[in-house]
Amino acid sequence: MKNKIENNQCRSNSEYNGRRRFLKIGGVALVGSGLLFMGGCSSDDDGQPTNPDVFDLGSGNLGILNYAYALEQLEAAFYTKVVQGGYFSSASATEREIFTDIQNHEIIHRDFFKTAISAAVDANQVLPELEFDFSSVDFGSRDAVLGLSQVLEDTGVRAYNGAGQLIDVSNDAGKTYLLLTGKIVSVEARHASAIRDLINPGSSYFAGDDILVGIGGTGPAFDRAATPQEVLNEVIATGFLKTQFTANNLPTS
Amino acid sequence: MNFTKILDILSNESILNVKGSRRDSFQQFKSVGKNVALASIPFALASVSPKTRAATNSMAMGAMMGSNEDVLKFALTLEYLEREFYQMGLDSGVIPAEDEEVFTTISKHENAHVTFLLGALGLQDGDLKPVFDFSGAPGGLNLDPFNDYAVFMALAQGFEDTGVRAYKGQAGALANSNDLLTYALQIHSVEARHASEVRRMRGEKGWITKSENTLPSAFQAIYGGATPESNTVQGGVELSGMFNSQGGDKALTEAFDEPLTMDEVNTIASIFIAS
Repeated sequence: MKNKIENNQCRSNSEYNGRRRFLKIGGVALVGSGLLFMGGCSSDDDGQPTNPDVFDLGSGNLGILNYAYALEQLEAAFYTKVVQGGYFSSASATEREIFTDIQNHEIIHRDFFKTAISAAVDANQVLPELEFDFSSVDFGSRDAVLGLSQVLEDTGVRAYNGAGQLIDVSNDAGKTYLLLTGKIVSVEARHASAIRDLINPGSSYFAGDDILVGIGGTGPAFDRAATPQEVLNEVIATGFLKTQFTANNLPTS
Repeated sequence: MNFTKILDILSNESILNVKGSRRDSFQQFKSVGKNVALASIPFALASVSPKTRAATNSMAMGAMMGSNEDVLKFALTLEYLEREFYQMGLDSGVIPAEDEEVFTTISKHENAHVTFLLGALGLQDGDLKPVFDFSGAPGGLNLDPFNDYAVFMALAQGFEDTGVRAYKGQAGALANSNDLLTYALQIHSVEARHASEVRRMRGEKGWITKSENTLPSAFQAIYGGATPESNTVQGGVELSGMFNSQGGDKALTEAFDEPLTMDEVNTIASIFIAS
């Protein structure tokens, strides 16, 4: 595997049993920090040492599930702010129902992942509760809320689509995980479609050419499948994530 | 799921590497009040399992699934059906002007899906294409989707929700190929976008609540099956009643879409296949 652990710079969380510490970051400029989201962990890297105090998502199926859990934490936290905000309080009944439902679904997804992962590994291998800062978001603005919701849902779709092939299905639990992520991704796509239709009703936007891609020379008709590195870098770029973590050991194939 | 095998896995500590009490983790659920059967948790998350073995078809999930080629042909049948249905709908004039852009978009996508699958299979357009009858006469129905817009819309919802569940049911079968699995997922989520849009146009939610729907009774199988949309068991764990503060079992069933088996999908599709 490309990201085989080769040197002291790469450590698994098992070496830090009981030391479930993670750094909180005050600022938002995480892009290009080099500490996060290294594609692998080899001597070819820029040489940034893994900080033993920073949580790593882990490897194999654990890494993928923690990754999904991270994304669901982000969505749940965002929608919780949405339903507490000014746009929601004065929105139409239809839109209030949509956002109430989406919030419920993301919390369910989040709590399900938390419990599932916690049931199977040491507590210090479970992604901690992440902190988010949405102070830059105007939750009183319909445009802002819909726009960000669209970004989060579209991102979730391509994240799950890209994670599918990374799940190790050589054991029975892995087959279960693939099915579970499959059950969730279509719901995220339903969310994305509904949000987009609120933004541009009755148009092609629910499944627009802006978000879809072609395969094998066709026109746009397929959702994207993104790598965890891509997605996590985009998450970092939002500035919403306050808690640092690394994804140095995720599967790459 | 084969619970005997799951219990075997759970009892193997080298796979689980569990040191702490798993019962503690279930206190995280807000509404937990029942004694969760911990033995039913099928999760094993060791990053390196000493018991890795080749994927087999012995699990219920793998059983009854065919080869990659079988899966692609199965998908092709459904995409041919959708492509033809939407083209006939657009050609018939049954779609009001304000809804044309939506169905033109969906039609465009189904065309591309057919093209892609033909290419993947090395087939020419028309190869393996059934003769479709959207009156449902092969299934004993007498529908008029190309004159009655409400019927057209109902069938559209049915086809899209079926498509989502069909692809979902085959993900496991394709898992032996990273590329095919990914392509299938990339189609699957687009069908879900379609389904959400059509459902909402019909006054339903974009997501499926339990197995509720407003489709004609002949199509209830679309929301049923061995794992119906009303299913509340995920990963072997019964989640019913655990999310009372988050919309309860309605939200729970909305939050997860469920697979249909190939046989279940073919039974639905056969209503519209004359030969």
